[in-house]
Amino acid sequence: MRAIDLGHPEVLEITTNPEWISVHPVVLSLVAARGLESKEIKCDTLTAKSAHYLERMGLFEFLGIESGISIKEHESAGRFIPINQIRNSDELSQFIKEMIPLLHLQPKQVEPIRYVVSELVRNVIEHAGSPTGAIVSAQYYQKSNRIGIGIADTGVGIKKTINQSHAAASHLQAIGLALTPGITGTTRREGGTEFNAGAGLFFIKTIAKVNRDFFMLYSGNALYKLLKSESVRLYADPFRDRHSQADDLPSWAGTVVGIDISLRETREFSRLLDLIRDIYLKTVEERRKAKYRKPKFI
Amino acid sequence: MITIRLFEKAGSFAENKDLARDIRKNEIIPALEENQDVVLDFESVEATTQSFVHALISDLIRTYGHEILDRISFKSCNETTQKIITIVSEYMQESD
Repeated sequence: MRAIDLGHPEVLEITTNPEWISVHPVVLSLVAARGLESKEIKCDTLTAKSAHYLERMGLFEFLGIESGISIKEHESAGRFIPINQIRNSDELSQFIKEMIPLLHLQPKQVEPIRYVVSELVRNVIEHAGSPTGAIVSAQYYQKSNRIGIGIADTGVGIKKTINQSHAAASHLQAIGLALTPGITGTTRREGGTEFNAGAGLFFIKTIAKVNRDFFMLYSGNALYKLLKSESVRLYADPFRDRHSQADDLPSWAGTVVGIDISLRETREFSRLLDLIRDIYLKTVEERRKAKYRKPKFI
Repeated sequence: MITIRLFEKAGSFAENKDLARDIRKNEIIPALEENQDVVLDFESVEATTQSFVHALISDLIRTYGHEILDRISFKSCNETTQKIITIVSEYMQESD
């Protein structure tokens, strides 16, 4: 993300390595989201053999530009979800119905994937105020047997959302709060509102952590990335998880989420919910107790 | 007692929380106000999300108190749906 130049929002210029192209769907979603807001789009002549990947994922069609790359029929039959724009609840429900057959998954493998997509995109629809909606893409990686998912929006970003009810001084602090169970921008009240509990991102980070999968959250100038760890111990505070962080990146006006879900090692979703339940309740209880008045002994 | 079949409204993956809120406001609350017990029937619902369940029941627990769970039954839930309902029920009872 450090290499991205976000200084000229009116122009999207796509350049690639002349020899090879390898990008995670999160990058494709980010580029596509940016392209929707740009007045002018420029793209290098693509010479890399793997350039057809960008065509196959629908980047050029989505942006309305010609790539000059033709795709053979058999190449498009892979397991991927091309770039999609989702603007409202009904479009999301329809997208979820259509995406699963494209990935050719077993029923057990479907569960965490549609869960993650549903919760992340609903976050965008409800909280982001994104003029471009949520831009979603996904790719199956045969070698590592995992699904990579990228979701980007050009909305208000996590800090503004969280600061409706909390006081995050920085984008990184706001990301930390957004990943903490029971913290929502809609209220300070424990248990949330009738519509939001502040649980969604914590559930998703936990799915990634327990399965030792990739997870990153980028908003404003800050990025939080979960690092692989032997320990699956869950923490309410995301900064206690093994992670990397940065708060000096080019400022992204909105939020970008990338997550990989392993199909081989995916722990039973049901077992994962047991772990979430334990840490969630403990956290709510601790936060409630922290508000107790202390007796004054004089 | 009324039975609300969620599959008919939310499909096999119950994730649309707008629908969950509508079900709560338009069907569950009126039934409870008429002193009817409510059965939320998850038959054929393969999966749900915490957001959906939160939008469906959290405000009932907050408004009517923990005792409201004595008047609501969750029917034909699979294991993961049971666990998500349990998580939401528990954190709401621990909440303000």
